[in-house]
Amino acid sequence: MSEIREVIINNDRLATDEYLVNMGPQHPSTHGVLRLLVRLEGEKVLNVQPHTGYIHSGIEKMCEAITYPQIIHLTDRMDYLSAHMNNEAVALCVEKALQVEVPDRVKYIRTIMDELSRLASHQLWWCVFGMDMGALTTFFYGLRDREKILDIFEETCGARMTVSYNTPGGLMFDIHPNFQKRVKEFITYFRTKLPEYDKLLSGNVILRERAEGIGHLSLKDAIDFGVTGPSGRASGFSCDMRKHQPYSAYPLVKFKEILDDRCDTLARYEVRILEMYESLSIIEQLIDNIPEGDYAVKMKGVLKLPEGEFYQRVESARGEFGVYIVSDGKKNPYRVKFRSPGFSNMFALNKMAKGHKIADLVAIMSTLDLIIPDIDR
Amino acid sequence: MKSFIEYIASILKGLWTLLVGMKVTAKYFFTPWNHVTQQYPENRDSLVMFERFRGEVIMPHTENNEHLCTGCGICEINCPNGSIEIISKSILTPEGKKKRIIDQHIYHLGMCTLCNLCVKACPTGAIVMGQKFEHAVWDRALLTKVLNQPGSKIAEGVKE
Repeated sequence: MSEIREVIINNDRLATDEYLVNMGPQHPSTHGVLRLLVRLEGEKVLNVQPHTGYIHSGIEKMCEAITYPQIIHLTDRMDYLSAHMNNEAVALCVEKALQVEVPDRVKYIRTIMDELSRLASHQLWWCVFGMDMGALTTFFYGLRDREKILDIFEETCGARMTVSYNTPGGLMFDIHPNFQKRVKEFITYFRTKLPEYDKLLSGNVILRERAEGIGHLSLKDAIDFGVTGPSGRASGFSCDMRKHQPYSAYPLVKFKEILDDRCDTLARYEVRILEMYESLSIIEQLIDNIPEGDYAVKMKGVLKLPEGEFYQRVESARGEFGVYIVSDGKKNPYRVKFRSPGFSNMFALNKMAKGHKIADLVAIMSTLDLIIPDIDR
Repeated sequence: MKSFIEYIASILKGLWTLLVGMKVTAKYFFTPWNHVTQQYPENRDSLVMFERFRGEVIMPHTENNEHLCTGCGICEINCPNGSIEIISKSILTPEGKKKRIIDQHIYHLGMCTLCNLCVKACPTGAIVMGQKFEHAVWDRALLTKVLNQPGSKIAEGVKE
C-alpha cells in the first residue's frame, strides 16, 4: 500500500490502464524472497522496482564481533552456490594482510574447487532457467549432474553446500584420497552430458523465440550498473577477475574469457553454457598436477591483522565478489564490507525489462542468476 | 509463395528441435534402470555417509566411559555462534592438588552451523564430527545436549 501512496504523493499518477503489481516476495520465479514492484500497462512492463531486505541477516555486522577464521563460515551462507569462492575471497584477503604465501598445493586445490563450484552453480542455473521457461525436465537433468559435484564436496570438505573449506593460510583438510579419481570420473561423465543440455534446451525453438532479442543490456549500461560475471560478459564487458587480477592458480592455466556482444537473454544463456566447457578444461589442466606439500600454513592461534584497509576480489559464479576489511589491529575486524555481484546485477533489471512482456521479465531475471541471500546479506 | 515456404520450413525446423530434445528424454524414459534416484527413507540401513560428513558434534567415549576432554574451553572460544558451553568444576587430586576438570560439555545443536572450527581447534581430539543427520525432534529443548556421559572421566595420560 505504501508504494501506491508514494506514487500518488509524488504526483506520478497511474494511468487508468496501469497496474502496480507485487511480484514476490513469495513468487517462485524470484528464487527466494525478492520483491519486485512492477508497473504494468496490460502485459507490458513499464517499470521494475526491486525491494530487498526480506532475508537481511546482518552478516557484515556479525563479522565485527567474531574473529577472522570465523568469518568464513558466514560467507558460505551469503551466496550459497559459490561458497568456495566466497570463502576463498576472505582467506585471500586475510593472507594478503598478513603477507602469508600459501603453498602451491593449496592454490591448485582452491582453483579446482572454485571451478567445481562454478560448474555446480551454472548447472543449477541452467535447470532453474529451464523451469522458469516452463521446461520441468531440465530441472531433473541439471540436478542429477550437480549431485556428482556435491558428492565430491561432501567427501573432501564434509558438507555439500556450506563447505567452509578454506581457512586463512590454507585449507581445512587435505583432499580426500579419492578426490582426483572422482573428479576425473566426473569430467568424463559431464563431457558426455553437456551436449545433452544443448539438445534439450539450447536448440529448442521455444527457448530461442523467447530469448532472442529479449532483455537488451548494452555495454555502456552494463558498465554503468556494474553488471559483472556471465551477465556482464554477455554484453561484451570484459570483467573476468580470473583474467584481470589472477589469484590462486589461475595465472598457470590457459582459458578463454567468454565474451558475447549480442547483449540479450540468449547471449547470457550461451555464455554460461560455454563457461561450463572452460571450467572443465581448467580442472583438466590442474587435476593431474596437484603438487605435493602441506595443505595449510601454520598460523597463529589468534589472528590479528595489521591496522589498515584490505580489499580482495574474486570471480564468483555470478560476478565479481569483493571483500573489504578495515582492521584496527585487534582480533576482530573494525568493519567488513562484501561487494556482492547479485546486488549490482539486480538493479540492471529495470533497464533490461522495460518495454517487454511480464513473462519475459521472468526469463530476464533468471538469466541474471540472482541469489537473494547474496543480495540481502 | 516464397514466404509461405519459409513459414512452413520454420515450423518444420521448430518441430525438429523439439524432437531432438524429446529423443534425449525418451532415451531416459526407456532405460530407467540406469538413472533411478536414491530411495532415501527405504535405504536407511544401507546408507553410508562420507567419513568427513559433518552431522553433529559428538564426544567419543571408550568402553570404560572415558573421554579425552580436559575442559580447556578452546572449542567454546572458537565457536562463532556460542553453541558450546563448558561448565567445569574443581576437584582434589590424590596428591592433594586442586584441579579443574570438565563437569558438563553443553552443545546446542540448534545453534550450530557445523563449521568444524571447534573440532579443528581441540588440542586433544576429544570432540569429532558425527555422521548422524536426522536431527528432527518435537521439542526444541532436546537439541541441547550434554556431550560427556554421566559418570564419565578423563582418560589416563591426556596432556593438559
